[in-house]
Amino acid sequence: MTNEKPLLSMKGIQKDFLGNRVLEDINLDLAQGEILGLVGENGAGKTTLMNILFGMPVIQQTGGYKGTIALDGEEVRFSNPNAALMAGIGMVHQEFFLIPDFSATENIFLNREVTRYSLLVEIFGDRLRTLDKAAMNERVVQVIKELGVNINPDTLVSEMPVSYKQFTEIAREIDRAKIKILVVDEPTAVLTETEAEALLAVLKRLAAKGVGIIFISHRLHEILNICDRIVVLRDGKLIKDISSGQSDVKSIASWMVGHEIGDFAFHHTENHRKTENFLSIDHLKVLMPGEAVKDLCLQVHEGEILGIGGLAGQGKLGIANGIMGLFPAEGSVTLKGKSLKLNSPLDAFRAGMAFISEDRRGIGLLLTQSIGLNIAFPLMQVKGGLLKKIAGLFTWEDKKKIREITSSYIERLDIKCTGPDQSVMELSGGNQQKVCVAKVLALSPQILFASEPTRGIDIGAKHLVLSVLREINEKEGTTIIMTSSELGELRSICDRIAIVNEGKIAGILPAEAPVEDFGLLMLGE
Amino acid sequence: MKPKYSLKGALISNLVPIVFLMFAAFAVPMSGLSIPYLLHEMISRLARDSLLVLSLVIPVLAGMGLNFGMVLGAMAGQIGMVLVVDWGLGGMPALLVAALLGTPISIGLGYFCGYILNLAKGREMVTSYIIGFFMNGAYQFLLLYCMGSIIPITNPELLLSRGYGIRNSMDLPNIRQVLDRLVSVEVFGMDIPILTFAVIAVFCLLIVWFKTTKIGQDMRAVGRNRAVANGAGIPVEKTRILAIIISTLIACYGQIVSLQNLGTINTYNSHEQVGIFSIAALLVGGATAENASIANVFVGVFLFHLMFVVSPMAGKNLIGDAQLGEYFRVFVSYGIIAVSLLLHAWKKRHEMLERRLLENDGKE
Ligand SMILES: Nc1ncnc2c1ncn2[C@@H]1O[C@H](COP(=O)(O)OP(=O)(O)OP(=O)(O)O)[C@@H](O)[C@H]1O
Ligand SMILES: [Mg+2]
Repeated sequence: MTNEKPLLSMKGIQKDFLGNRVLEDINLDLAQGEILGLVGENGAGKTTLMNILFGMPVIQQTGGYKGTIALDGEEVRFSNPNAALMAGIGMVHQEFFLIPDFSATENIFLNREVTRYSLLVEIFGDRLRTLDKAAMNERVVQVIKELGVNINPDTLVSEMPVSYKQFTEIAREIDRAKIKILVVDEPTAVLTETEAEALLAVLKRLAAKGVGIIFISHRLHEILNICDRIVVLRDGKLIKDISSGQSDVKSIASWMVGHEIGDFAFHHTENHRKTENFLSIDHLKVLMPGEAVKDLCLQVHEGEILGIGGLAGQGKLGIANGIMGLFPAEGSVTLKGKSLKLNSPLDAFRAGMAFISEDRRGIGLLLTQSIGLNIAFPLMQVKGGLLKKIAGLFTWEDKKKIREITSSYIERLDIKCTGPDQSVMELSGGNQQKVCVAKVLALSPQILFASEPTRGIDIGAKHLVLSVLREINEKEGTTIIMTSSELGELRSICDRIAIVNEGKIAGILPAEAPVEDFGLLMLGE
Repeated sequence: MKPKYSLKGALISNLVPIVFLMFAAFAVPMSGLSIPYLLHEMISRLARDSLLVLSLVIPVLAGMGLNFGMVLGAMAGQIGMVLVVDWGLGGMPALLVAALLGTPISIGLGYFCGYILNLAKGREMVTSYIIGFFMNGAYQFLLLYCMGSIIPITNPELLLSRGYGIRNSMDLPNIRQVLDRLVSVEVFGMDIPILTFAVIAVFCLLIVWFKTTKIGQDMRAVGRNRAVANGAGIPVEKTRILAIIISTLIACYGQIVSLQNLGTINTYNSHEQVGIFSIAALLVGGATAENASIANVFVGVFLFHLMFVVSPMAGKNLIGDAQLGEYFRVFVSYGIIAVSLLLHAWKKRHEMLERRLLENDGKE
């Protein structure tokens, strides 16, 4: 851009995790007001690079990093996130950095609360100022409106749908007064296109005010849409640093993976049997904040892949969450003529249903445990599988078998890790998502609810995950009900697609139907 | 994530107080004690112990669980009392001076305790119990050997016959119920210690107000998620130390209030039971290691003492053996801690299981 000193300059960055090199000689500049797109496969090192910049504790705890970072020409080395915040760097984390039991307002204003004077301040200092909740709520409403959504400032984060959590995290960063650099790590992975657009517009506005932005996404069209420059990482090395005008989705994808990527689409097979009474959902109501389902009826055929689409906030995510017992539900759900007990996750599992949640980051993954245990856990709990009986009394985990199964899934889903014993916490976001998929597949469910199954997964691996889903559908006859915010993804794999609008089914179309027809249904016309 | 407002949910979350209430409903008629007598006892005991139990609330807020750190505060209050007795003070001035003496000692001990607990995050309950145990050693050393030798004690009546060391128990004739009696009203023949309750109310209000301050909010954040709080720049360790200091301070004043109500000091025992008793009472009141409210304090003190008073008589009338009731008292105080913690762990495990299966909101 200009010849002045760049706002941010990272030089020769290198990072090892216990001898495992994940970043090597990365040189990266960011100018004022510039939007830099950072792309790369799952596990390429994007999040690690940003964690280094932001002084995240995990970096120190694993031996620090090599190389230098300069801010406005001055060398910095942040030892904790607060130091980075003070220097004007904000970060929207890929794995949320929110307090679940706090409301939106409390999270957004964490440690920078609006306060009022109180007399005791004179004796005990500023921490005895009282909170001005009304003023904070007012500001939150304003910031959130700017993002194009409608979140009640008092909603607890733990009760929010995942997109609201994302917006809460974003709102916290953009509301900071003296922000110079904003890092956003896959903020759009859980957002629908409309929501994402609102966010991109906000980012553009921030950039116009002079904030330098580093934007990470696996949706390459977004990258091309808002970024001035694109940096591609592959296996911890910087492969390409190019202005966005000179690239297109195809070439970025091939730089990421190292080889050409073909288009993918599945053949639609009419393999499902139209058993009318397989799974019928009648007058389902789900009390899920932001994704409420109101009086929804839907017939699912045995052996089909049914897609569920619709705009954000219309209730498409509520269906699976309600049936699986995560949010309070009413109505009736019958599976092969047998009525299912609602509001009981264990009953749902025992009836042969399984769920890939869109809220991976709320991560019911046992983060500190191994990949193996994560995959085996539901199997042991629900089916009593993988347990050895000793003297007919005590049950014991069958370690060998767990390793075997885990290794097969690592291979099948191409999970990037050091082995079945690596803890899930140490995996990249996309690879954690793959573990979520694996643990559900290991259950071999009769019915699989897959909500945003490819969330945060790079474009190469996306095809892999979808084809695995297709495979279990064809080979094992698993009925799949897949919810996605990307219509294209649904159309590539589903047999039929139901569009949800205002908590009800607006219509069901075959996947081959023209895109415009889906668009009309989404708008409720 | 279940509907939180259901009746079943309310019953489950208040399981412990409900069980105790049912037990009391059965034991009170059995004991044959009159209601006015019981009421009078309860009022007196609420005045005596509420402040002590209240001292546990702030550490829970800061995520430090049910914390025995308060025992250190009780020791500090007791040291203050011993000294004022020696100096021959009486009446309200004695209480105030004891509080004044106890304040710096509680702050010092609270700082020490908080510092150690920062090295043992997540294991606060056990660690603080052990700290209390060791500090009790220090306390005994101070009173048994230092007082009367290094620390001058002028009143020989307080000393053991060997010439140094404080006696096992001492009466507080000039201090007995001075706070309770200073302002009290008579209602249906019962003396209600208005001033004592006013002091308790002031501390309750302080806690309520404290929660609306920046530091109170920081404490909640630290209690809910240390990593996020730290990332946002909240000084986690300092905040936790502060929570313990507040707790030891309230416990120090609580112990002074409690001793003036009793009118005697068991030099080497009074403070010891305070920890177990307070935690048990708070649990009986429906609190958990993660959530404790002011209401839990009063409900807990009330129910716990009700059991204390009626069970020996009920035992005697039922089986003809008052000793059984005595056993029951001891059993109750220790048992309730174990049972509540178990119940709590079970509930958490159950929730966790469902959550993990569903990949939803696992913290950590
Ligand atoms: N705490 C850790 N300990 C050990 N290895 C780690 C740790 N954190 C990350 N890694 C490894 O570093 C590599 C890069 O991970 P990173 O999270 O930076 O990937 P990413 O580019 O953000 O991928 P994604 O698109 O999936 O989010 C991965 O191989 C990962 O396993
Ligand atoms: Mg990442």
